[in-house]
Amino acid sequence: MEYLLIQMLNGVQLGLLMFLLAAGLTLTFGIMDLVNLAHGSLYMIGAYLAWTFITWTDSFLLGALLALPATFIVGVILEVVVVRRLYGRDHLDQVLATFGLILFFNDLVRMVWGPAGKSIAVPAFLSHTVQILPGVSYPAYRFALIVVGLLVALLLAWLVARTRLGMLIRAGASNRRMIAALGVNIELLFSLVFGLGAVFAGLAGLMTAPISSVKIGMGDDILILAFVIIVIGGIGSIKGAFVAAMVVGQIDIFGRAFLPELLKSFLSPASASAAAPAISQVLIYVLMAGVLVWRPTGLFGQRP
Amino acid sequence: MQPRNMIALLLLALLAVLPLLTQAFDQRYLLSVGTRIVIWSIAAVSLNMILGYGGLVSFGHAAFFGIGGYAVGILSAEGIQNGWLQWPVALAASMLWAALVGALSLRTRGVYFIMITLAFAQLVYYLASGLEGYGGDDGLNISRSRFAGLLDLRDKATFYWLCFALLCGTLWFCGRLANSRFGTVLRGARANELRMTALGFPVFRYRLVACVIAGAFGGLAGILIANEGAYVSPAMMSWVKSGDLIVIVVLGGIGALFGPLYGAIVFFALEETLKPFLDLLHKGWGEYWQIVFGPLLVLIALHARGGMASLLRRRDG
Repeated sequence: MEYLLIQMLNGVQLGLLMFLLAAGLTLTFGIMDLVNLAHGSLYMIGAYLAWTFITWTDSFLLGALLALPATFIVGVILEVVVVRRLYGRDHLDQVLATFGLILFFNDLVRMVWGPAGKSIAVPAFLSHTVQILPGVSYPAYRFALIVVGLLVALLLAWLVARTRLGMLIRAGASNRRMIAALGVNIELLFSLVFGLGAVFAGLAGLMTAPISSVKIGMGDDILILAFVIIVIGGIGSIKGAFVAAMVVGQIDIFGRAFLPELLKSFLSPASASAAAPAISQVLIYVLMAGVLVWRPTGLFGQRP
Repeated sequence: MQPRNMIALLLLALLAVLPLLTQAFDQRYLLSVGTRIVIWSIAAVSLNMILGYGGLVSFGHAAFFGIGGYAVGILSAEGIQNGWLQWPVALAASMLWAALVGALSLRTRGVYFIMITLAFAQLVYYLASGLEGYGGDDGLNISRSRFAGLLDLRDKATFYWLCFALLCGTLWFCGRLANSRFGTVLRGARANELRMTALGFPVFRYRLVACVIAGAFGGLAGILIANEGAYVSPAMMSWVKSGDLIVIVVLGGIGALFGPLYGAIVFFALEETLKPFLDLLHKGWGEYWQIVFGPLLVLIALHARGGMASLLRRRDG
């Protein structure tokens, strides 16, 4: 029972991380109609920048606080130099160009930070465990991830639903040309939204660093999961991304934590532990296929 | 004959005698590059059929590398090395997968299509890495398909010529198909799906058939890749390979018959020359050739949509 609870919390934590990544992706898609494969690169760059700043300042919080605006700047520069030229282009052009950006960023990071992975230690003030229920303890860092993830999700929901920027974002998602015609500085809005997406990706990257590692290509595999999430949730829908991220997080953890035991009853232990992660990944894709057959534009997507 | 077809034919003639040239100049490595170019061309020609003629951006074409390759690999591991048995099974598996993925993903449009094809390819990737009995993540060493008395695939030149002959067959078939009624309907649906539907064409079925045909040729390329290295692994269908295939098709010129061939040549030539060139500029830079190659792709996406094929066409006036 305790094990179940802890694994469910792990699923929530993973889901929140993926939501951060998927939120930026679904925003840029919903508003700018942009397929951005390089979103995972911003996740990686956020983590590497955090490593540099944390090593430099010798403080996790300070380093993280410096890394976020730095990732924002990288995102805005990327938008102004390359991405801006891709709006309104064919999706194929966008796929090709942002694929090129992934190759560029992977080798750039390898050149700047070297081929070996980096690790960020769990900050000292979060290296203990917390009692979430009497007798059930949970690592404080993971608990902090859940809290921060939920706070950011709430912040994003508030930003989109209650602020002027959010109003422009929603208006941009439903009719770009109209808000441009109404005199909104749409170029600035797009740069801001792209930068915002970069910050969320960078935040996900730096928060995940202490529990996994900072390495080249770290964003590529999780990016595909983020794509799956926004496809399940419906492209452009923040709510959809949140729901889908939670579901995918639970499936992934379920596959890692419970499937090996389940499979061991009819497979050898070695093949059970090898097959379980594969099966949990497959389950996620089967879920996506099922959702798309049922609703071709995702759970909360706009109907054509 | 038009000059641009002349260029393509000259190129094919050059490729036909490549093993003789590499032997004469003792450049064995070039033959292996040539083999890769020819195999990837087959896959790119098949992708060009759905991406170029059909207008369907499939981001999961490398899955067929894996399915074709693993069909050969698994049969070989189970002791069945007869190519006459292996190859049809591999092709059938590829076509079956193409039919399944096509039937599901053709229900979606635009970005959803891109992502769902990508996701299905990842699914195959993870399935293959979960096959602990067949090497899992590390892949599987296999012995090459046997065509007793007819061909010895271990001989590099023989294998190259087989690949080359299959490429010619693929080009011939896809060229015929593109100019047939079938190809015309496919292109019509790319230009205006609604109108083709209104004209009474079952667009979905045409596209599904195109996917299955493309899957068969993609699987063929997978069979050849498995036989080239006598090795299969999940890495052969990583999503980066699907991206590379799109790059090749766009580089060569979307919807042009010989485009994928030009694209593959330019792609591998760039890969093989950028590294030594950068090393020449500064020792150690060659390792980071993608810092140059990546922005090159961005520039191509922004400014050179027609690819090589349109460059050649423009020169003809």
